[in-house]
Amino acid sequence: MPDGNSLYGPLDPAPDAGWTSAGPRMGFFTDTSVCIGCKACEVACKEWNAVPESGFDLLGMSYDNTGALTANSWRHVAFVEQPVPAGHRSAPFAGTPPDGPSGVGPQFLGMPGAQPPGRGTGAAERTDFRWLMMSDVCKHCTHAACLDVCPTGSLFRTEFGTVVVQEDICNGCGYCISACPYGVIDQRKGDGRAWKCTLCYDRLGAGMTPACAQACPTESIQYGPLDELRDRAAQRVTALHDRGVPEARLYGHDPTDGVGGDGAFFLLLDEPEVYGLPPDPVVTTRDLPRMWRRAGLAALVMTAAAVAAFVGGSS
Amino acid sequence: MAEAHPVGFQWVMEAKRRGAKVFHVDPRFTRTSAVADTYLPIRAGTDIALLGGVVRYILDNELDFREYVLAYTNAATIVSEQFADTEDGDGLFSGYDPHTDSYVQTSWQYAGHEQDSGSGHTAKERDGAAGLQHESHGAQVSGQTARDETLQHPRCVYQILRRHFARYTPEMVERVCGIPREKFLELARAWAENSGRERTGALVYSVGWTQHSVGVQYIRTGAIIQLLLGNMGRPGGGILALRGHASIQGSTDIPTLFNLLPGYLPMPHHADHPTFDDWVDSIRHPGQKGFWGNARAYAASLLKAYWGDAATPENDFCYDHLPRMTGDHGTYQQVLNMIDGKIKGYFLLGQNPAVGSAHGRAQRLGMANLDWLVVRDLFMIESATFWKNGPEVATGEIVPQECRTEVFFLPAASHVEKEGTFTQTQRLLQWREKAVEPPGDARSELWFFYHLGRRLREKLAGSAHRRDRALLDLAWDYPTHGPLAEPSAEAVLREINGYDVSTGRPLASFAEAKDDGSTAVGCWIYSGVYADGVNQAARRRSRHEQDWVAAEWGWAWPANRRTLYNRASADPQGRPWSERKKYVWWDPQAGEWTGYDVPDFERTKPPTYRPPQGASGPAALAGDDPFVMQGDGKGWLYAPSGVLDGPLPTHYEPAESPMRNPLYGQQANPTRKVYAHPVNSVNPSPPQEHSAVFPYVFTVSRLTEHHTAGAMSRTVSPLAELQPEMFVEVSPELAAEAGLTHLGWAHLISGRAVIEAKVLVTDRLTPLRVDGRVIHQLWLPYHFGYEGLVTGDSANDLFGITLDPNVLIQESKVGTCDILPGRRPTGPPLRDLVDDYRRRAGIVPGERPPTVTTRVRRPAGRSGDGPREKGADHA
Repeated sequence: MPDGNSLYGPLDPAPDAGWTSAGPRMGFFTDTSVCIGCKACEVACKEWNAVPESGFDLLGMSYDNTGALTANSWRHVAFVEQPVPAGHRSAPFAGTPPDGPSGVGPQFLGMPGAQPPGRGTGAAERTDFRWLMMSDVCKHCTHAACLDVCPTGSLFRTEFGTVVVQEDICNGCGYCISACPYGVIDQRKGDGRAWKCTLCYDRLGAGMTPACAQACPTESIQYGPLDELRDRAAQRVTALHDRGVPEARLYGHDPTDGVGGDGAFFLLLDEPEVYGLPPDPVVTTRDLPRMWRRAGLAALVMTAAAVAAFVGGSS
Repeated sequence: MAEAHPVGFQWVMEAKRRGAKVFHVDPRFTRTSAVADTYLPIRAGTDIALLGGVVRYILDNELDFREYVLAYTNAATIVSEQFADTEDGDGLFSGYDPHTDSYVQTSWQYAGHEQDSGSGHTAKERDGAAGLQHESHGAQVSGQTARDETLQHPRCVYQILRRHFARYTPEMVERVCGIPREKFLELARAWAENSGRERTGALVYSVGWTQHSVGVQYIRTGAIIQLLLGNMGRPGGGILALRGHASIQGSTDIPTLFNLLPGYLPMPHHADHPTFDDWVDSIRHPGQKGFWGNARAYAASLLKAYWGDAATPENDFCYDHLPRMTGDHGTYQQVLNMIDGKIKGYFLLGQNPAVGSAHGRAQRLGMANLDWLVVRDLFMIESATFWKNGPEVATGEIVPQECRTEVFFLPAASHVEKEGTFTQTQRLLQWREKAVEPPGDARSELWFFYHLGRRLREKLAGSAHRRDRALLDLAWDYPTHGPLAEPSAEAVLREINGYDVSTGRPLASFAEAKDDGSTAVGCWIYSGVYADGVNQAARRRSRHEQDWVAAEWGWAWPANRRTLYNRASADPQGRPWSERKKYVWWDPQAGEWTGYDVPDFERTKPPTYRPPQGASGPAALAGDDPFVMQGDGKGWLYAPSGVLDGPLPTHYEPAESPMRNPLYGQQANPTRKVYAHPVNSVNPSPPQEHSAVFPYVFTVSRLTEHHTAGAMSRTVSPLAELQPEMFVEVSPELAAEAGLTHLGWAHLISGRAVIEAKVLVTDRLTPLRVDGRVIHQLWLPYHFGYEGLVTGDSANDLFGITLDPNVLIQESKVGTCDILPGRRPTGPPLRDLVDDYRRRAGIVPGERPPTVTTRVRRPAGRSGDGPREKGADHA
């Protein structure tokens, strides 16, 4: 039975998984402040990994017709059309930090809803406006619940510290899907197996950059050793703060968070919920040792009670 | 730019990281606006009013780079006293001839130069899209010009400019464009502040700017600003056109245009250029200043490249084999000719006019009336299947069983399946290798044309007909290789570069071209791309291994010069304007021009050089005349000739507009090209009646996810699924007004067509308050058609055909329409709906709208054979 540390808290996952000569942990830093929403990442991912189409559906969620990370979409660019109070913005992201979790006034979160975006605001009350874009991806958690619960060993920790599904081993049980705190890993219809971003494991092995990062024209998606990326991200946040963008913040960079930090982390310009990200993800297997201990204890107690009952009954 | 050119946009983001400020002007809030520092929504078709406002702001506050302006532009040049401005003509310049709707340019000339070339009647130049010739050079000026260095003379260009733009105030910009004046001033201030000795600013536009009835003048206004601010010929400055495809620059340099030959040599006209000498003299203008004096060598060498041994000085290098223009052979005239049965066969290569061109119905009806049509494309596109799947089949206008056109579809090799060059916006040629063999029967264009020519020549071999000589005399002997007998693209590049006929030695530059038949040059401006027998376009030296100009990456025409007119990066004395913006300068010790780039100037001509009396050609340019391809060596704030619709840009409303021109009585460009053909029509605009039948302004452009008419993206699932349906973007206010619901259907009606689309209601579109009223704009992508994985109605079907007079580009970025909720009718009722709208709007198909709408009498001025003065209120 693994010790508690493997399921929670800071950790270098590759050596923990038994790699004796692993290099530095590799990952993604996605800087949404320079994302232009071109979706080259989505296309490059599909082309390189031969991911099937995910349907020709106009979703009406701004320019997002992908909808979510699924078995057939391993990169997903979210588009958030966001009215910002007039006069609170002149530079792109600058201005007074929004009050409350997600700004003031009506807000379109990129989700289909009963109200079309902007409805209810007349030309006179028209607010200033911003359009957030963010390329989402599997977070390659330090403590990956999907991997913890996989009964077949299909999901494994690579020497780069990433988490990969081996499609020839996956039996389609689907445990990983309910385990993922981000709702990333998904079952493919008509196939039954679980699929998600591999962080281009095959390319990494050949010393190449993952397809999405390679295709990104604005370096919104950066690939590299996680330590370097974290330093770079911290500098970028400072630079944005200095430039009058106080709402810039990192997401998934902290090794002490609920998943031990993400291998793929983000610079956001608003609360994570605005982008459809959980604000405080916790690895679903965090409490597993305690749960097992409690279950064991309960079993013991029941056994003892049963024994006591028999013993008592015979007396 | 982020929307249509995401790869190029990485450099804008890079500049932003370094602190650059990005302004984005667009009718709708796009992915570019999302990362711009300031977004300015604008009413489509009003850019001259906005830029004219910037010109006025610069002049009013004297923010121009005076030393640069005085020395390097024609600001001080004095204009003919015959000239009358739009200020006096209520929107018309002097010289307007209402019989031909064109100008006689005599009165626009510099003082004393009234009889200069280009000063004649311009109606014929319009039919020949003559403006395109000026892509590589300006129009000519003979001899010296009168100047006032104090800029005080009332007829000097500077003062004319001041008067012309005086009414383009921030208030007027707000009134015309719908841009709040504070936002406008923010833009104007930032532009001016980021220019001068120490700084330069770049103006980047995409081809949507050109697709207006005043498109050339849009760019002219940008050029005036860049000249006033000293941003031309200097590093970090310039005007950059982002082209719509990978090698559109290349296909104007070596043109796929009816009116040009390679290197911007004009296509001869049957009446004007009966002999080789007539043709050459019309290019080089004997006795005039500038670098076109050698045109005879370029022309002779081109014909020598075409006809090889058969081309001799004695037979004028087979000049008689060259086809002649007889008038307007532009793509839209051709389509109308097809409808009228005047054209029998058509080649369509890498183009999908059934979706991509204005007035899709006319395009399809034209193609359905041919004997044969050859379509070469990567996919089965709409232009190959219009006869069975086009919307006109549903309406009964095309009957597949009866359609007379025989369509030959030939699969084409893509850019990764063939080798060759791309020429991009900086005039940089970059060689690309073949990555994979083309699949199946797919072949390169080079293969197709080479073998087509070879087979035709075989069929005609031994023919005694004179008409076949042009084909039989061709030098058609390219080496081939591989199992498919693919012609050598390098051999073609070598011919484009040019070579010495007797030795085969590739020329080092166009200076080596001769007019005696001893050299053959396929495109003189590309001469040097194969210098020393080396494919210079294939150079890939990393930018980390050379200086920032990166002269050893690819090859730029002319002469591997990265920035044109770079003499202007030094001051009149030849010193850099500043250390920070040092680029090319005069080295007095060495007695030559030197710097980071290839100097765009005669290498040893000192800054102090002054031409002797009576000099002509390059010798007539002074040592401080940096614009060496202009007749007077100056940047033209005012264009005395070369631009057919005015020496200065003037705001005219689009051909279809819901409002009266707030600036002048003249509503729209008085010289715009209009085709009075029954298939064509223009929605009424004020002062015509019934403009309210089409109350909304629509504009079209690209989505990042698709490419032009969709042949390369709607057919590929990873792209098609990203934007899977035709849609129209409307503001919440318009949605409320028109009863549209998010993700519901709507149909749009113009005088040409009805199309349907899903509705996206978004704050990214905003109603504009313009001239005291609210104007609603709606936006459509133009990528959709009826073939491919994802299909939809084509936005370009809504447009009629109205063209810019200079280059015959269609106005397909702005029009008027109506929008109704729900799906469109199908079958014959669809045409009934259009007819009903036309009836209500008073449109008579084929009838031209009134051209001149001025409210005052036009100024005096010679107007050719037309009446000199006339009460002009034709409306």
